[in-house]
Amino acid sequence: MAAATTVPVLGIIDQLPLLVVVVPMIAAPLCVLFGNRTIAWILTFAASLASLLFSLHLLLQVMDGDVVSYWLGGWGPKDGGIAKGIEYRIDAANAFVLVLISLISTIVLPYARRSIEFEITKVSHTLFYCCYLLCFTGLLGVVATGDAFNVFVFLEISSLSTYVLVAMGAERDKRALTAAYDYLILGTIGATFFVIGIGFLYSATGTLNMEELSVRLPELGTNRTVQVGFAFVVVGMGLKAAFYPLHLWLPGAYTFAPSVVTAFLAGTATKAAIYVLLRFLFTVFNPEMVFNTDALSYLLIPLAVLAMFAGSLIAVFQTELKRLLAYSSVAQVGYMALGIGFLSTTGVTATMVHLFNHGITKAALFLVVGAYVLRAGTSFTDRLAGLGRQMPWTSAAFVIGGLSLIGVPGTAGFISKWVLLQAALEKDWWWMGLLIVASSLLAVIYVWRIVEILYLQQPRAGKEIAEAPLSMLVPIWILAIACIWFGFATEMTIGASETAANSLIGGRS
Amino acid sequence: MSVDFIISHMNYWLFIVLMMTGFYIVVSRGNFIKKIIGLNIFQSAVFMFYISLGKVTGGTAPIFPLKLENIDPSVVYSNPLPHVLILTAIVVGVATTALGLALIVRIREEFGTIEEEDILEIESDMQAKDNRRHGDAMGGRA
Repeated sequence: MAAATTVPVLGIIDQLPLLVVVVPMIAAPLCVLFGNRTIAWILTFAASLASLLFSLHLLLQVMDGDVVSYWLGGWGPKDGGIAKGIEYRIDAANAFVLVLISLISTIVLPYARRSIEFEITKVSHTLFYCCYLLCFTGLLGVVATGDAFNVFVFLEISSLSTYVLVAMGAERDKRALTAAYDYLILGTIGATFFVIGIGFLYSATGTLNMEELSVRLPELGTNRTVQVGFAFVVVGMGLKAAFYPLHLWLPGAYTFAPSVVTAFLAGTATKAAIYVLLRFLFTVFNPEMVFNTDALSYLLIPLAVLAMFAGSLIAVFQTELKRLLAYSSVAQVGYMALGIGFLSTTGVTATMVHLFNHGITKAALFLVVGAYVLRAGTSFTDRLAGLGRQMPWTSAAFVIGGLSLIGVPGTAGFISKWVLLQAALEKDWWWMGLLIVASSLLAVIYVWRIVEILYLQQPRAGKEIAEAPLSMLVPIWILAIACIWFGFATEMTIGASETAANSLIGGRS
Repeated sequence: MSVDFIISHMNYWLFIVLMMTGFYIVVSRGNFIKKIIGLNIFQSAVFMFYISLGKVTGGTAPIFPLKLENIDPSVVYSNPLPHVLILTAIVVGVATTALGLALIVRIREEFGTIEEEDILEIESDMQAKDNRRHGDAMGGRA
């Protein structure tokens, strides 16, 4: 056909936005087809590493504010017409999140092998890797796509496989099943709310492409349909991101899922949802509409502050380390919601920085918990007494992660809280700065409780506990060192976050 | 709000009624299977909302003849895009239902019941046992 000659020949580099998502997707069924645990692990790791390299390359491409646009099957708009197909659109914001997701996945996987051998029966291992890859695909797809309905499809791919992964914890505790079921009900309600919102936007604008939506929505002015769609999208995504009153699924799912799954989800799943929320708030809906709607600020900020305090306070009283960290996650998501609630470039920068820093910090901490489960057989805090001496390397990593969670200077967590403070002071809300510091003090309490148990209490008599195996220590320490590294090398995270915030808010002009 | 307005927006009214029915079942019923059924009704309502969006007044089924010849330009077609979207969403809904039911089977095997009240009781017993063994915790939800 004559039309074929006009399509430019694309090199492999031009296909990267799609390859990031497609490689793990193809690897997932292969894991099951081969049916061999070792081959499945190698495939999973290779696919994850490939996605990491692709997304790093993409990040370098878009770091200076460029945008990479990829139309599936070449169904792009012709001669200024409307979008016909699905677009994958990579700018600094989503390249940054892509790197975070694939980085955590690649680091977690070497650890996964040993940990799931202990926590999951051997028969299900290939299925585990398959679900893991599908979840990974879904998260990458949610972030990479520039099509509103495509977000829903990938969201459900990742969610469905997440429910399965959480339920795999049932071999250690049957409550994993009910946790997975609760998550399924709430997650599906969230996703359906989101799709209702998309339906309203589509009926008002006639397009699903985010770029076109962002052009057409302002033309409609204050349209009731758009406002309702906006509300549905925010609530649906807020549920997936575990914003404060919508977080009920999180503690159960994180507590009873296998340790690797918890580490992976804590570092990636809520982060992808927050990214989608940012994308819709600031790119799809015109910022003027959002910025003038103070309602969003009034809604998000009190809830975020409540999350910061309630989450930390409940964490203080937990006797199970995984549940403690899960409630701490609720509090940390509160900081991200606060950054969004400021509705300023600095606020969004703080959210993006915290997204990354909290991702690596929490992944490191949950990996440490997995190592304790492997060696001590449980993650109840009274069984961890004295492990600081028996597992010195693992526990040292926990201390570093804990410091970063509190936000001690010299760790990654400090940087994100610093930017958040700047965003608060920018608005002259000094009391908000005090609240941020006060809630960090609560984090000191629960982290110190664990550190005291690990180092100052006598080990339980009669049981010799060995240091975690090297295949687990290396991933833990890569993340722990990253926590310190990003506390000093701030140009990369803050720079990328600023570019990301600008491309989310300012890049539309 | 005139009668004409209500009748001309009939599909939206029905969508809201069906959606809220499903949502109410999910929230109010304690039986896990009934919850899944409620979820299905909730999702079906959204499917019908999308499908009714695609209707163009006076439009016919959006099917072209196999050979693209003799097409009458005056014929109006309905919008096929929402239909295609919903095909995907139906697949997602089926997968969710299947997974939910599979989880219920496993829950029945482990807990011996699929009533939320009974399961909450069993779980709070387990929680209390954990607390006795490992020290008190402020468990539950907040």
